[in-house]
Amino acid sequence: MRQPVIEFDNFSFQYRAQAHPTLNHINLTIYEGEKVLIIGPSGCGKSTLSNCINGLVPFYYEGEISGSLKIKGKETREMSIFELSGQVGTVLQDPDSQFIGLTVAEDIAFKLENECNVREVMEKKVARAAKIVDIDYHLEEEPHNLSGGQKQRVTLAGGMVEDIAILLFDEPLASLDPATGKAAMELIEEVQMRTNKTTVIIEHRLEDVLHCHVDRIIVMNEGNIVADKKPNELLPLNLLSETGIREPLYITALKYAGCEVKAESNPQHIDTLKVGSSCRDKLVKWYTRISEERVSNKNQTLLEFQNISFGYNAQKEILHDVNFEVKKGDMISIVGKNGAGKSTLSKLLCGFYKPTSGRIIFNGRDIEEDTIKERAEKIGMVMQNPNQMISKAMIFDEVALGLRARGVPEEQVALRVHEVLKVCGLYPFRKWPISALSFGQKKRVTIAAILVLKPEVLILDEPTAGQDFKHYTEIMEFLKALNKEGMTIIMITHDMHLMLEYTDRTIVLSEGYTIADDIGANVLTDRAIIGKANLKETSLYKLAVKAGLENPRGFVKCFIDYDRRTRTR
Amino acid sequence: MKQTMLGYLKQESLIHNLTGATKLICLILCSLITMLTYDTRVLIGMLIFSVIVFRLSKIRFSDIAFVLYFILFFLLLNNITIFIFSPYEGVKIYGTRTELFQIAGPYTVTLEQLFYHLNITLKYLAVIPMALLFMVTTNPSEFAASLNKIGVSYRIAYAVAIALRYIPDVQRDYHDISFAQQARGIDMSKKEKLSKRIKNITAILMPLIFSSLQRIETISCAMELRAFGNHKKRTWYRERDFGIGDYIALVLVIFLFVVASVITLSNGGRFFNPFKSI
Repeated sequence: MRQPVIEFDNFSFQYRAQAHPTLNHINLTIYEGEKVLIIGPSGCGKSTLSNCINGLVPFYYEGEISGSLKIKGKETREMSIFELSGQVGTVLQDPDSQFIGLTVAEDIAFKLENECNVREVMEKKVARAAKIVDIDYHLEEEPHNLSGGQKQRVTLAGGMVEDIAILLFDEPLASLDPATGKAAMELIEEVQMRTNKTTVIIEHRLEDVLHCHVDRIIVMNEGNIVADKKPNELLPLNLLSETGIREPLYITALKYAGCEVKAESNPQHIDTLKVGSSCRDKLVKWYTRISEERVSNKNQTLLEFQNISFGYNAQKEILHDVNFEVKKGDMISIVGKNGAGKSTLSKLLCGFYKPTSGRIIFNGRDIEEDTIKERAEKIGMVMQNPNQMISKAMIFDEVALGLRARGVPEEQVALRVHEVLKVCGLYPFRKWPISALSFGQKKRVTIAAILVLKPEVLILDEPTAGQDFKHYTEIMEFLKALNKEGMTIIMITHDMHLMLEYTDRTIVLSEGYTIADDIGANVLTDRAIIGKANLKETSLYKLAVKAGLENPRGFVKCFIDYDRRTRTR
Repeated sequence: MKQTMLGYLKQESLIHNLTGATKLICLILCSLITMLTYDTRVLIGMLIFSVIVFRLSKIRFSDIAFVLYFILFFLLLNNITIFIFSPYEGVKIYGTRTELFQIAGPYTVTLEQLFYHLNITLKYLAVIPMALLFMVTTNPSEFAASLNKIGVSYRIAYAVAIALRYIPDVQRDYHDISFAQQARGIDMSKKEKLSKRIKNITAILMPLIFSSLQRIETISCAMELRAFGNHKKRTWYRERDFGIGDYIALVLVIFLFVVASVITLSNGGRFFNPFKSI
């Protein structure tokens, strides 16, 4: 008989400041040693559910609870957050923001220090935890100097340094590049196998999580559990797309082609998926029916990087001899692993730093001498986190800020702001305070605040970070529409879907060198580039190879076009 | 990115090997001595002592040069203001008046005043190297541990340590935000009028405050989830046991403290007066 570890029984929760409950009558039991994925669109209550398990609800975020939640048979309401932390080890989203200690060892030891362990015991326990996640050779380093994957290892070790029962991961993939995300899933699997701890993962990136095995997937929507199934049973259903979660791309492709996805064909992973001959024929037919080559004919060069090199200090050069050009009306992406120099490139373009050598040509003119303000008339930059840009309380004022700073007369300001708010779909909210907006809407405000200055090119740093599928589609379709109007758009991103679906061209940076400049479908099917830049091969390509299609790359391209048309219809 | 000023500099030296608590106690005692006394002999002794300690630490002068010049500038400012507001302080203290030359109006330079300024300058010079040394030779987490050891609550000690640890992050945020706002036309350079610049700073401060608040929320969640605040006490991974060096250092500094106090008190006041005998 399996031992239940987490038991939700008719459990509801309502945050103090909210009018409606975030969780409605949840019934869910998770057993010892199980590995469970909880998935759902933004605002579905999955984070709240995870906060209930680790005690942040109700001990940190207060509110009204009804029903019961037991962890290892003990009612959580009668415990404290500290007692719970002895049972549940939590790994939060962004490793950088949760490091407390100044060295890896201290960070791992933090929980032990708080539990008053003596030093000798701590050293032993830290060494053991570090060994499990394979970070024992970096104990004396500063966590911030580690790579993204190593950082995640440190936070994981810190969570499980005490002998806990449950490992809880809150969106572990959010800030990682594709290859590191893959490695993170493998790490979780390995740790779970070695220690047999009950593992709960909260994510909305289903395909990336399914890189490794999970026992069960719990689908949440609007505070309810709408499905609780094994992956192989869940994937054939249409439930996922109905709740606004993106299916793995190969599943969608199979469904488009009219193949029946069955639990028996083991669809939970592309490598284990069985593609029968009838399915193969359907894929071939579908592909030949809809394939069409699209040729773009843009020719006017807007922006050119010529032999750009740069380093923040003389000892360490970050960009080496970078060359590429952007045509007028392009929508391109810049990808590469963390620290490859992507953001630096945008900072050079905006004039925040000057390249040590090389030239940036804009509309045929070298812009070396132009100030930040002058460049901003042509080049608009939108930062990743809207909170880093918003400085006014009201939407109108925020969008008007740039114009007012330039001394534009007030009637004109009103005119231009209203115009831009209409373009961004924010006109109905123009009199609202910004604090009343959702994250996605805030992002739009920051885009509007830049657009109002009428730049010729827009650079966006991770435009879709932390967004679920619905908001992702919304923002990207909005940008696509801008692009159709003639706006040139450059996006810096980790999101392989974005790069495949929404960009005409992708520039790949690795260790400060440009290693590719090609269409997304070609980049994501090229093993050498994928390996160097920490990208991930798209499962569509694997599917095409598996089905023995003649032109797998063509298949990928064709799927992307078809999928976007279907989705936005 | 620039190296943060007054950050911990890793080195192998006698001073680095002392525990944070020892260094903190020594710093407090030495500061007390120099604060209390105006005895020139004691001050010169302390100055020599701190120069020796500085040499022992193997910290290069260039590492702290910038901060040192900065402090010296204030020392100069301090001396000038004292002279402007109280040109005969020395006369009052030492009870004699040896005029050297007149500058203008009521300002006459006296030997007593110069001697008083010399003492003040010595006070600064004797204690600055010690204070700087404490900052650059103490690992911030050991710093928290040492505060805790001398009786400060660990919550406060940790707040201090974590503030130190977040300075670089906030600096980075500040840079990014100020760049983004400059690109929108918020001019922070000297071309803009001062009143306008001060107004423009809010365009950077608001986002900075909000993103910092977000940071604080995440980190405090992360700390609670790892049982911070569970017990009245906590232990420290980086805490070190007192070594032989620590005892020697403590004994030495306490000895200095006693000697300095005796010398100072034997004058019958805080001031050593060379003018009496003249």
